[in-house]
Amino acid sequence: MTTSDVTIEEAGIQAGRPLLEIRDLAISFKTGSGEVQAVRNAHLTIMPGETVAIVGESGSGKSTTALAAIGLLPGNGRVAGGQILLDGEDIAHASEKRMIELRGNIIGMVPQDPMSNLNPVWKIGDQVKETLKANGRPSGPDDVAKVLAQAGLPDAGRRAKQYPHEFSGGMRQRALIAIGLSCQPRLLIADEPTSALDVTVQRQILDHLEKMTDELGTSVLLITHDLGLAAERADKVVVMYRGNVVEAGPSLELLQNPQHPYTQRLVASAPSLASRRIQVAKELGVSTEEVLAPRGSAAVKPALTEDVLQIQNLRKVFKMRAGFGKSTDFTAVDDVSFNVKRGTTTAIVGESGSGKSTVAQMVLNLLEPTSGKIIFDGVDTSALNTKEIFAFRRRVQPIFQDPYGSLDPMYNIYRTIEEPLRVHKIGDKASREKKVRELLDQVSLPQSTMQRYPNELSGGQRQRVAIARALALDPEVIICDEAVSALDVLVQAQVLNLLAELQSRLGLTYLFITHDLAVVRQIADHVCVMEKGKLVETGSTDDVFEAPQRDYTKALLNAIPGARLMLPPEVA
Amino acid sequence: MKTNRTSEHYVAPVEETPLLATDAVKVDDAPLSLWADAWRKLRRRPLFIISAIMITLIIVVAVFPGLFTQVAPDNGCELANSNGAPTEGHPLGFTFQGCDIYSRIIHGTQASLMVGVFSVISVLIIGVTLGALAGFFGGWVDTVIARLGDIFFALPIVLGALVLTQLPLMRENRGVGTVVLVLVVLGWPQMARITRGAVIEVRNADFVTAARSLGVSRIGSLVSHVLPNALAPIIVLATMELGVFIVAEATLSFLGIGMPGSVMSWGNDISAAQASIRTNPAVLLYPATALSITVLSFIMLGDALRDALDPKSRQR
Repeated sequence: MTTSDVTIEEAGIQAGRPLLEIRDLAISFKTGSGEVQAVRNAHLTIMPGETVAIVGESGSGKSTTALAAIGLLPGNGRVAGGQILLDGEDIAHASEKRMIELRGNIIGMVPQDPMSNLNPVWKIGDQVKETLKANGRPSGPDDVAKVLAQAGLPDAGRRAKQYPHEFSGGMRQRALIAIGLSCQPRLLIADEPTSALDVTVQRQILDHLEKMTDELGTSVLLITHDLGLAAERADKVVVMYRGNVVEAGPSLELLQNPQHPYTQRLVASAPSLASRRIQVAKELGVSTEEVLAPRGSAAVKPALTEDVLQIQNLRKVFKMRAGFGKSTDFTAVDDVSFNVKRGTTTAIVGESGSGKSTVAQMVLNLLEPTSGKIIFDGVDTSALNTKEIFAFRRRVQPIFQDPYGSLDPMYNIYRTIEEPLRVHKIGDKASREKKVRELLDQVSLPQSTMQRYPNELSGGQRQRVAIARALALDPEVIICDEAVSALDVLVQAQVLNLLAELQSRLGLTYLFITHDLAVVRQIADHVCVMEKGKLVETGSTDDVFEAPQRDYTKALLNAIPGARLMLPPEVA
Repeated sequence: MKTNRTSEHYVAPVEETPLLATDAVKVDDAPLSLWADAWRKLRRRPLFIISAIMITLIIVVAVFPGLFTQVAPDNGCELANSNGAPTEGHPLGFTFQGCDIYSRIIHGTQASLMVGVFSVISVLIIGVTLGALAGFFGGWVDTVIARLGDIFFALPIVLGALVLTQLPLMRENRGVGTVVLVLVVLGWPQMARITRGAVIEVRNADFVTAARSLGVSRIGSLVSHVLPNALAPIIVLATMELGVFIVAEATLSFLGIGMPGSVMSWGNDISAAQASIRTNPAVLLYPATALSITVLSFIMLGDALRDALDPKSRQR
């Protein structure tokens, strides 16, 4: 094994030829309805030491292409044509034995989801050891600790004896990177390595990965849906769309000068690259002066000054079981106060565990605050009786994160959107149907969608149905809890545009809960930054983005992928 | 040459992958609910087709036994025919008592099926209600119902049935009713457990929270959103339990604590066949086969339903 290893390496360096070259690759899947082509004429080249990113939306074939390179296509998939050349050797149809030799040693892999890709009943150290052993490398405790330490895990010797549940998401991802790089492969395939992590952790992990692969001279094939991240981390970007490579080139050039219409669309709507608030007013025919007027100048629209929501010293303490009937207090939200002006968008930003969703739940009156007040339109919501709460629900509506979970799968779209009207006994059957049709028009879904079921729609379409349902009762405030985080970039831009358009048309107030600062910049007027239950910084979006006062806010801003790329404004 | 290729800016011709509207709605096929989807899958599965035909046949036999045999099952038994071989008009021969086996099997279907159907309906009413309440409300409601269920769960069915049927009231009124009562008392915790699990899985879904924030009450959301989504495993279990209850009835009758001897049932016949098992195994074989086929049909149907209703196979 070692000898062939060396010869490949020497040959590759001498010839100056690509480490991995994919030519005209076609991959098809056998499904119930015949063969489906997942990838067609894909081609990409990775030189030794180079980082190449494949960018595309879900279903574009980016992961499939990478899996084919490591010979791990699912059972019903096969390489239908083309070549995968690893150092000149075609491995598209290589035997399983040969692939096992290559995996780990020559090609390493960092999978996507750190939560499910570590075996929960094995110690972390044993999982590293397994990889080392399988590839015939020394696998004593010291070797394992060394590998983990290289991936940036502090106190690696002790950590190796722990189980995955004792690790945070970021640490698990480090462990997976350690496993992927443990045998010093020449090519590392990283499939969305950080998409499940908070932005600041994501940044640390990617920085570290970059440092390690630079030191080892490893080539990286990075798969991501985030164009900003790809441009920032890769030398070259390959854009995939519907199974085809539509554009490929040096990352900066591709961003500045996108040629293919799909890439142009991607660049235009990538939130990390856009720096302006969505200006829907323009499309609606409002004069340019008004649009260009600074958002803060409320004098133009006096109606905006009314605070529709006032949150005062809000606190929420959860009792955590600590065994033997004892309990410890966990303060999820600590002394949070802010006001939301009517007709504006206020974003609450924070990483997981910052308490932002708890605030949303309390504002929705689904969770009782431990102390503090939520004043909606001049009335303290905690003092409402059942009947008043029922009336309150009409005026404040939520949109949730998971488009797959927020619609009842047993209800068709008509029943889903009609439900709030039925519950609040508004109108008769005919007028309700008319209203549902109107609402579908508002969220630009065809009226024929009415008879369909949620499982027949895509994530973005479901989210639009959720928006229609939230609008059914003509609410004043909509709480969007990570409403666009689960969507592909283009779909996300579409939904954000829709939300902005509805706001200017219907005068809605949004409370937007998100972890994604790039999205905040596109949609919010005001920002509240939360960290560990506390409000760290508040201010208008422009102020916070241009002159952040707190270190935490600065760190968050810096961590936006692509934030450090200096793009000419006309591209952004 | 090849090194140059790497820095090349490649653009695919637009014709090859024409740009589609972002997130366009496909309006090609007919709308599909969970049940329509399940039906579409089911009607192509041999497992479902066979079991459905069998079950239909069994139901027809149970409701209209007169269509299948003209021979009265209990009078007209002649000891002269004891353990007799098949003859004209008596295709399966005779029992030890000289009764027509075929006729007894046909007429015995009704009792078996009635016990199965009534037990399942009662178990559904009690088990689903208690299980749904336990799963949805949690806390002390859950604890009380779960412990109560555990008590009944711990009783072996035969032992429990032996004790219950010896109660004076039960002994005096033996029949379909008492057998159903015994099976329900000992069988509901299983259904409650499955329901509880399914409800817990659904109760925290976003669509339930969404319904609550629309103004739907807690009980309202349980009935209109949680239960319909928890129905699939309940239906599967109910179908399989139908088979299990039919076997249980036969077991109890075999032991002499199920149906009274005057009621025609497969369990009674199997029990009576003990005496002649060596001389004429057919007496045992035929009612046992009828029982096995019936139970197998229901379990096959449950299996087919489980596959068709599996939510994991419903992603598009």
